[in-house]
Amino acid sequence: MRRRQPLRWIAPAIVIFWLAMTVLGPVIAPYDPTAIQDADLFEGLSRTYLLGTDYFGRDMLSRILAGARYTVGIALVSTLLAAGTGLLLGLAASAIGGAFDMALSRFLDALISIPSKMFGLVVVAAFGSSMPVLIVTLAVIYVPGCYRIVRSVAVNVAALDFVTVARARGEGTFYVMLREILPNMIGPVLADFGLRFIYVVLLLSSLSFLGLGVQPPEADWGSLVRENIGGLAEGAPAVITPALAIASLTIAVNLTIDGFFGHRQGGH
Amino acid sequence: MAPLIEIRDLRVIARGEDGAETEIVKGVSFSVHRGEVMGLIGESGSGKTTIALASMGYTRAGCRIAGGTVRIGETEVTSLDAKGLMALRGRRVAYIAQSAAASFNPSRTIMAQVIESALIHRTADEATATAKAVDLFRALAIPDPETIGNRYPHQVSGGQLQRLMAAMALITDPEVVIFDEPTTALDVTTQIEVLKAFKAAIAGRNTTGLYVTHDLAVIAQIADRITVLRHGAVKEIADVEALIQSPADDYSKQLIAAAEPAPRLGAEAAPAGAPLLTVSGLTAGYGGVTAEGLPHIPILSDIDLAIAPGRSLGIIGESGCGKSTLARVIAGLLPAARGTITLKGETLAPALAARTKDQLRRIQIVFQSADTALNPRVAVKDIIGRPLTFYFGLTGPARDKRVRELLDLTHLPASVMDRQPGDLSGGQKQRVNLARALAALPDILLCDEVTSALDTVVAAAILDLIVELRRELNLTTLFISHDLKTVRAICDDVMVLYAGRMVEKLPAAAIAGQVHHPYTQLLFASVPELSTGWLARSGAVREGQIDIAAMQVASGCAFTPRCAWRKAGTCDSQRPPVAANGAGGIIACHRPAEALAGPPATD
Repeated sequence: MRRRQPLRWIAPAIVIFWLAMTVLGPVIAPYDPTAIQDADLFEGLSRTYLLGTDYFGRDMLSRILAGARYTVGIALVSTLLAAGTGLLLGLAASAIGGAFDMALSRFLDALISIPSKMFGLVVVAAFGSSMPVLIVTLAVIYVPGCYRIVRSVAVNVAALDFVTVARARGEGTFYVMLREILPNMIGPVLADFGLRFIYVVLLLSSLSFLGLGVQPPEADWGSLVRENIGGLAEGAPAVITPALAIASLTIAVNLTIDGFFGHRQGGH
Repeated sequence: MAPLIEIRDLRVIARGEDGAETEIVKGVSFSVHRGEVMGLIGESGSGKTTIALASMGYTRAGCRIAGGTVRIGETEVTSLDAKGLMALRGRRVAYIAQSAAASFNPSRTIMAQVIESALIHRTADEATATAKAVDLFRALAIPDPETIGNRYPHQVSGGQLQRLMAAMALITDPEVVIFDEPTTALDVTTQIEVLKAFKAAIAGRNTTGLYVTHDLAVIAQIADRITVLRHGAVKEIADVEALIQSPADDYSKQLIAAAEPAPRLGAEAAPAGAPLLTVSGLTAGYGGVTAEGLPHIPILSDIDLAIAPGRSLGIIGESGCGKSTLARVIAGLLPAARGTITLKGETLAPALAARTKDQLRRIQIVFQSADTALNPRVAVKDIIGRPLTFYFGLTGPARDKRVRELLDLTHLPASVMDRQPGDLSGGQKQRVNLARALAALPDILLCDEVTSALDTVVAAAILDLIVELRRELNLTTLFISHDLKTVRAICDDVMVLYAGRMVEKLPAAAIAGQVHHPYTQLLFASVPELSTGWLARSGAVREGQIDIAAMQVASGCAFTPRCAWRKAGTCDSQRPPVAANGAGGIIACHRPAEALAGPPATD
């Protein structure tokens, strides 16, 4: 436990840093992320350009900080949307049960069976790539997963006697859902939220890498990797730095969740 | 001769989640001679299981042996390394757990698991071990000893599984066997079979045993000496007979008093007036209804009952008999398929949603386990306050005042108001559970096994509270229990259920009478008495290997296969008539009351 002490603070710090960058990124970026600098293409790390430059000679650090807005921002909104919808539907399914539960569960199971990248590809091809389309697509892809987790936890809570007592008292479905069931499943739901956020970041980055995500001249981290892939042969840092940003975010979120929920659940 | 088990000044320390250490076994010493069975008795948290486990060098996660010595024969258990412990466990010391169902691997055959420890310790080859297992099955009176080993755990009954686990423990001829509440989860009619089998097996093999239980009447049948434990310390060590007859310690006296709850009700005048709650022709079950309007999986059929205001009706029967379902049907949680429920002359709709708020208020249900019946995330004052707000619109100080009154009524300090259920003891939680039901000012309280999950002494206090509440509030109660002693202590009338049917209804005062339904007789005879010779005195019990679910749909009397009075051609095909038994009760049986009073006779 003591050995993990530093990790428990580093990971949340990285998460908070990236969250802050969604707002502050463009402000504190040393250069205009879209401005072509007086520098070589694919320049290495230097005092002037801390993370080097990209295939246009733009400052990479500024581009990564600005990209945080898209990667972290879109992922966060999509995850909130997915988790919120999943929570509502999952709670409703457990509290109402019967045919409603059955129909909803089978419908969302059907959604799960569609490969997520394929789904994203079709939607973007049909509607074009814009911020709202991306957000809604990502949310739709992850609603079934959120719903599954929420429902399985909620069904277990709903079977407990205190929920039965509330029903026998004549309480309405909403009261049972929000007051009796919800408070007893916050932990798993939050843990799932964090994991789900990581999936969304990775999927968004993949879509962008395939050219289906955030469109130029704006760029999220996935697009940054794609843009600079030409520098791979030269060993340009511009290929690896956005990928490292993705890795730092996802690993930090994962460790943060473990830090908060891991030892609590393992205590029995 | 030196004792076989010698425990000296044993101390076990548990580390909490916050890292704080508590001593849960505080310097316990006792010794057990070869061939002797030592009973360890105490309430939960007394350290009885911890001590028993420590005698094979084992502690549960988060606990450690902090001091003292545990010697078995010449071996000092506390100083053994992992290899030494492996050689000890399963070979010289064997363990029988409370839940055999949880201890068997469901995906392997029984025989493979029973002989496993013999193979691990190489005490026998597979053929010899299998032959020995069959002998053990026979000694433990397990049916079909030759073939039962080929089955999987879910294919045998709970009582059989418990004995199969004993066979598993005995396969290596261990010197010491630890019995950890092995019959606690069983019905009394099954428990008696298992106890008889254990007793015979122990006596036949000269086994030394540590028998952990909270049930004094059970331990009195098996043990030679008893160690009374409380809060991790020894209160008294005495021979069984001496302990029961003349306990020296105050706590032992309390335990013995609580084991035989005295009837708590004075002689009351027969109630006048119309019944408060009437149930007639009630049929209910699960899984939708068939074309005839009967449930696919019937649980209760044709139940009639009536409770007069201020009276208490006890519902008794073994697990699966439908007693809890009855409470759920009356409360509307499970709509009845047939039959009517009337409260104060008002017919109630079968389904919860169709009942009025006031009808719901007048019937309150109290569940067995306060751990699950109270929302762990809600403070006590909100748990009790919610019905006040919901039914009476009370809020703010008026609600708090009423909550305080209810806490007072259930003998809880006002200081628990802001606490959450997790901070309360088992007994306190059950009081909050009761207070919440009382907050609705119900006409009738449905108590479903409200004392079953509690320690004997705590349960006795809750029973006292219920009786007090009945007296003060003139409360009408339906009291569901599997425990005859509890029902006898606090109910006016008793209804016996078997496989979802009423077999007998009798005044509590008539329990001691002679004329009973054959099942009632079996049930009453199976309740352990607090005297050493009870098990030896009690007669042979018919093996209860009956598929209750199948009996629920039987056209005749459901008890026929186990009945010692059965009439071939009648009992298995015709519903038994209900007749008065001459002592104020009614019995559903084909045999006349006079015949049931006599010795068993089948024809």
